[in-house]
Amino acid sequence: MIEKRYDVVVIGSGAGGGTVAQALIPLVSQGHSVLVIEQGPRLHDAEFTGRELDMAESLYEDGGGFLTADGTMTLAFGRAYGGSTVVYTGTSLTAPERVIRRWNVPGLDVADLERRSRSFMQQNHVHYLADDRINDNNRLFRDGARAAGYHCEQFPLNLHGCLGSSLCNLGCPNAAKQGTHRVQLPNAERAGVQVVTRTEALRIEERAVSARVHARRPGEKGLDSEWQPGDYRIRAGAIIVAGGAIGSSALLLRSEFRRRLPRLGTGFTCHPAFILVAEHPRSITNDVGHPKSFFVDRGEAEGWVLETCMYFPFTTAKNLTGFGAEHSAIMRAYPRLQMILVLACDRATDGNRIDTDRAGRPVVHYRFTRAVRHSMVAATRAAAHIFFAAGAARVHAPTARPHVIERSEADRIEQRIDERHFLPGTTTVSAAHLMGGCGMGRSAADSVTDGRGRVHGVPWLRVADSSLFPDALEINPYLTIMALADRAAEAVLEDAGALLETARAGLPA
Amino acid sequence: MDDQALGPHRDTFRAFAATVVPEMTQLDPAAWEDVERTVEHALARRPPAMRRQLGLLLRAIDTLPLLRHGRRFAALDPVRRERLIDALQRAPVKLIRRGIWGLRTLVLMGYYTRTATMHAVGYRADARGWDAPRDDCS
Repeated sequence: MIEKRYDVVVIGSGAGGGTVAQALIPLVSQGHSVLVIEQGPRLHDAEFTGRELDMAESLYEDGGGFLTADGTMTLAFGRAYGGSTVVYTGTSLTAPERVIRRWNVPGLDVADLERRSRSFMQQNHVHYLADDRINDNNRLFRDGARAAGYHCEQFPLNLHGCLGSSLCNLGCPNAAKQGTHRVQLPNAERAGVQVVTRTEALRIEERAVSARVHARRPGEKGLDSEWQPGDYRIRAGAIIVAGGAIGSSALLLRSEFRRRLPRLGTGFTCHPAFILVAEHPRSITNDVGHPKSFFVDRGEAEGWVLETCMYFPFTTAKNLTGFGAEHSAIMRAYPRLQMILVLACDRATDGNRIDTDRAGRPVVHYRFTRAVRHSMVAATRAAAHIFFAAGAARVHAPTARPHVIERSEADRIEQRIDERHFLPGTTTVSAAHLMGGCGMGRSAADSVTDGRGRVHGVPWLRVADSSLFPDALEINPYLTIMALADRAAEAVLEDAGALLETARAGLPA
Repeated sequence: MDDQALGPHRDTFRAFAATVVPEMTQLDPAAWEDVERTVEHALARRPPAMRRQLGLLLRAIDTLPLLRHGRRFAALDPVRRERLIDALQRAPVKLIRRGIWGLRTLVLMGYYTRTATMHAVGYRADARGWDAPRDDCS
């Protein structure tokens, strides 16, 4: 066991950890040491090839195939220098006021979150794409939504020098997406924050992290770790957990905080989603241009959101329900396909939670509530109307049987798309907005941390990622994660005197 | 199960795969090996229990038709194969449904990540984005 000592250790380098790393630069300027450990690799720019299988294996947990405990939903989350910010599409929305009010977290102020979010929007070059950079897949959604009577909005995106490769979810091959791997982490490293990759946090002990540095396997993408492979014990005055909803919750659960924090792992939400596909009579621009430019937000009124999307052949094939000739025919129409992502605004329930197995690995228990199923079916119907309003010849709907709805049946969408065809285990459902598990609140009786990420009863331990969300955000979460992480880091800076002094008094030199 | 998860069940796997993606009947031996290498690679990273379950599922798919048709799955005609898989993917038992979903996912991974397949379906994404030459679209 190799011993190390830092003033502050941050676990995770995504939207939460990357933000904290940058926010703690003042500590480094004062002579303190700050370490970020990241489980995934740090890739060369040239290694972002856009090849589906290669990139999924390199950048996602379980290659993007992490399943819930009953195997009915795939959860996608990043595992790389920059975490999930490497593989998202750069959508940058501020938290809805209604959601933050409903969370009812003491001290969490909508205006404060908005201010911090705006600051990151500026730093990350967030803007709207010009109309001549919007492809047919997105344009058809916008026009179809308006024709079908839906209010359609444009996503602000954090891009700089986007060439329109459409490969955002496989890591931008042109370094255009302004995730933490391109902005906050390099800033932090330039200022003296140390980032060590391929380092898995095994357990948290009293003011220490037990971690394992993994060697790069033959043929694997990315640089070697900055440290020698082996087991480490890293002592610290403060530890900030930012490994994402699943990673952070599992780490605290296997570190025996379960008894002290009875709400640990609870309140997991994820915006369950599936992909709808429609075939147009002619080729459209779909696999060139940014894939996600528009959305329809019916979260407040109907519990769902529609977003444009475009996926790669295997992901598309996997997400289409069914098999055989009908499935193949849709795949062969790829250049004519328009895609819409249906997301349900799920709510925290007692049964949906994160746990660990005997080996300490994360296990996510999730059941689709009746409300979620209802929302997904309602959203599917809305998407079908939008497709046909945009001129589609046929629509593939996972909750219709047969799955393909011809244009001649457009007046029967409400009958053809039905909740009884939503069959967990057969209908492909996935989620990428993973939230909760270390929720904010008043005390250990109702939450894991306070409104600034301080773990109840453990002053040296903080949380700074999407696990803080007490309930679903109902929009794409990255900007809100950054704002909350910034608040948590600010609290560490305020408490640094006491935290680091206490630590030094109790640690050998 | 051995290192090669598909090894003892190759005929059943190929028959299942060709039912999920009918075009796979046209794959030559090298292309099949390509598909199976991708599937084996994915399975190698999964827990041994999952590989064992996959073996059990393939064995069940292989032998179930014996009860009704007196033939193994690979010996069935395409229509009967399709009917059986359709029944299994809608089975009342979730474990069976998710097993079929998982096997189907492996087939699709093996087939649709091949460069030749991507060309065949018309996938044209290019790192150069709008600057890449394209011969279609409005």
